[in-house]
Amino acid sequence: MVLSRRLVDNLSSKWMLSCLIFCLLLPLAIGTGLVLKSFPLFTNHPLGSLIFSSNWSPSDGQFGFWPFILGSLWVTIIAIIICIPLCLLAAIYLTQFAPGWMLKFMRPVIDILAGIPSVVYGVWGLLVIVPFVGDKLAPYFGVDSLGYSILAGGLVLAVMSIPYILNMLLEVFRQIPVELGEASLSLGATKWETIKHVFLRKGSSGIISAYGLGFSKALGETMAVLMVVGNVVQIPQSVFDAGYTLPALIANNYGEMMSIPSYDSALMFGALLLFVIILLINVIFRYIIYKSELI
Amino acid sequence: MTLRRKLEEKIFRVLSALFTLIVVLVLVHIIWSIVEKGMSSLSWQMISQEPKGGFYFGKEGGILNAIAGSFYLAVAATVLAFVISLPVALFMNIYLIKYQRLLISIRFFLDVLWGVPSIVYGAFGFTLMMYFGLRNSLGAATLTVAAMIAPIMIRAMDEVLKTIPIGLQEAAYALGSTKTETAYKVFFREALPGFATAILLAFGRGIGDAASVLFTAGYTDYIPRSFGEPTATLPLAIFFQLGSPIEEVQNRAYAAAIVLTFIVLCISVAARLLYRLRKN
Repeated sequence: MVLSRRLVDNLSSKWMLSCLIFCLLLPLAIGTGLVLKSFPLFTNHPLGSLIFSSNWSPSDGQFGFWPFILGSLWVTIIAIIICIPLCLLAAIYLTQFAPGWMLKFMRPVIDILAGIPSVVYGVWGLLVIVPFVGDKLAPYFGVDSLGYSILAGGLVLAVMSIPYILNMLLEVFRQIPVELGEASLSLGATKWETIKHVFLRKGSSGIISAYGLGFSKALGETMAVLMVVGNVVQIPQSVFDAGYTLPALIANNYGEMMSIPSYDSALMFGALLLFVIILLINVIFRYIIYKSELI
Repeated sequence: MTLRRKLEEKIFRVLSALFTLIVVLVLVHIIWSIVEKGMSSLSWQMISQEPKGGFYFGKEGGILNAIAGSFYLAVAATVLAFVISLPVALFMNIYLIKYQRLLISIRFFLDVLWGVPSIVYGAFGFTLMMYFGLRNSLGAATLTVAAMIAPIMIRAMDEVLKTIPIGLQEAAYALGSTKTETAYKVFFREALPGFATAILLAFGRGIGDAASVLFTAGYTDYIPRSFGEPTATLPLAIFFQLGSPIEEVQNRAYAAAIVLTFIVLCISVAARLLYRLRKN
């Protein structure tokens, strides 16, 4: 009896440990898999030309990722620029100015926004954002645009990033000690001055990290952007130009990648690039959060 | 001077309230515009039938293949992820509870893993599939989605387990329990309500994601009968039908988007309700 309990305990401990190790090795496996797959590409293409060349014609064996990297950056930066005032002020309102029921009401709203699948955001983008950019914004600025553009991608991406960033910002403001605010208020500062000079400063590393992580999340977003960004391989000259992002490139071409030599390696290199960049951003900002929680 | 301060305060109060309102309005607008566009094509036939001949030219049939495929995929992936996540979360909170530094690094690591985009999981799943010579199938998609949602599930479970006081563990040991018994009989039962939220969260992610299954699931007009068969999923059904030049097919994509949004909405509300119940 005792022996069998011990045995069960022993076996199950080993099983739990192996599950943990399996999970920890997963990213390593992803990294190795993608490196091995994209390795053939490195033999006749130096890394520098892969990243900085903008010559993309797979049938001639030319793989320059620069248009896609630029496209991804443009779209993501537009999204984050929109999110910076929007999320920050919304978070300030919900934690500082608004009555308590307001935050209770907003939590499910944020949940639902976070839960809506990216394809549905894409559908919304096609229905609303693309015509808006094409028929309203572009003529207003005197530009010709179909609407499928970097700007449309950025707008849809901004909406998708709201719940993610807002949630983290709410957490940042929740963690700031109440006494700090009270001290400032008792010195005669207004509520807004307290927020501006005390809370924003105190929460600065958390706020920066929230946007950093939001950036990495937006960078990897695939379907919604793919549906509205236009998917034209070019270096975008303005936000009304169509573009192409790295995730969209991978998603769009998996069908034909086996028929052109080195194409599959190139796409896997794209995935690897994305993986490494996002992993790096995540490590940096998670570390900043971790450090700021210690103090 | 005071006037300026008061004015600034007023402006920012109004502005921040306005921005919060925008967030709510955006959500309402998304749901409203999709419902408005797709409602007319939504019919019982559409959600209860598989595509018939000529479906992709706007003829008879429905998207039951995609609805069923999505459910099979999300359920299978959630179960698989649960089988792996549960031991990990329990192990972290029972065996490693003494090694706080190690625990912090593992949590850090899982958080980082959460940030990896689904398209990368999809590409990785595809490489594995090629390596093992598998073809597009429900099984391959399940593995990919399970790998994607496992870190979310582990961290969500871990957050629940973290709140269980160490005294409970000590009490269980004092009564002569082994660690395994403490884990599965005491901790598991104690955390079960919280786990439900974690599972729903992961399920919602699994059912809505398209990028990870784009390479691995394939697409078919039939409901899959085994893990070896390819499967359609709702997000992909929406995506592919939108690409059609025929208007009726496009309208069906909007209707399918309503179905998907409705499912995800239900999951989200259920998770919230469960969370409230646990809090009380």
